[in-house]
Amino acid sequence: MNTIIGMVFIIVGLTFDFIGCLGLIRLPDVYNRLHASIKCVTLGTSSILFGLFLYKGFSPAGIKALLCILFLVLTAPVSAHVLARSAHKAGVKLCDKTVCDKYEEDEKE
Amino acid sequence: MRRTRWIAGAIGIIVVLAGIFLLPIPSLLEWQSIFLKRTFFVLIFCGVFCLARALRGPTPADRVVAVDILGILIVGFCAILGIPTGRDWYIDIAIAWALQSFISILALAKYLEGRRFEE
Repeated sequence: MNTIIGMVFIIVGLTFDFIGCLGLIRLPDVYNRLHASIKCVTLGTSSILFGLFLYKGFSPAGIKALLCILFLVLTAPVSAHVLARSAHKAGVKLCDKTVCDKYEEDEKE
Repeated sequence: MRRTRWIAGAIGIIVVLAGIFLLPIPSLLEWQSIFLKRTFFVLIFCGVFCLARALRGPTPADRVVAVDILGILIVGFCAILGIPTGRDWYIDIAIAWALQSFISILALAKYLEGRRFEE
C-alpha cells in the first residue's frame, strides 16, 4: 500500500518538475522564468523525496529524505529572492508587457 | 509563424514523452520495477530544457537561473535513483548537492550584483 502511495507522489512530482522546466524555456523574461520554475521545481522535488520516504519507512534513508525536504524548502526560496534582487540591481530589462515595477519606485525615493 | 513554432514544439514534446513511456528500453541495471526505469528519463528530458536555456539565455542572469533549477532537479534524480538500486547513500549525495548548490548560487548572485549589463 505504501509503495502505491509513494508511486503516486513520485508521478505528481515529475509532473510539477516538467511544468516548471517548460515555464523556464517558454516565458519571456528573467523574473517570469524564475517565478514559474523555482516554485514548481521545489514542490516537485519535495514530492519525489516524500515518495522516497513512503517507500523506505522510518529507516535512516527515510529520515534523511525528510531532512532533505527541510533543507530544500529553506534554501530554494532564499536563493530565488537573492537572484531576482541581484538581477534587478544589475540592470536586466523587464519584458514589454510589464505593468508596474515597485522596486524601482522604492529605489528612487 | 509563431503558431507553427508552437504546434511543432507541442508535437515534439508529446512524441518524446510517449516514446519514454511506450518504447521498450533495455535494462541498464538489474532493476525490478518497470515504472521507475521510465521516470528517470523524464528528469533527464527536463535537464535538457535547463541546459538549452543555459546555452542561449540572453543575459547572464538567465544562465544562473538555469543552473539553479538544474541543481534542484539533480537532487530529485538522486532520490529516485536510490529506490530501485537499493543503495541508501544516494540520498546523502542529494543532501550535499542541495547545500552546495545553495552556497554557489549565493556567490554567483553576489558576483552578478556588482556588474552592469546595458543592452
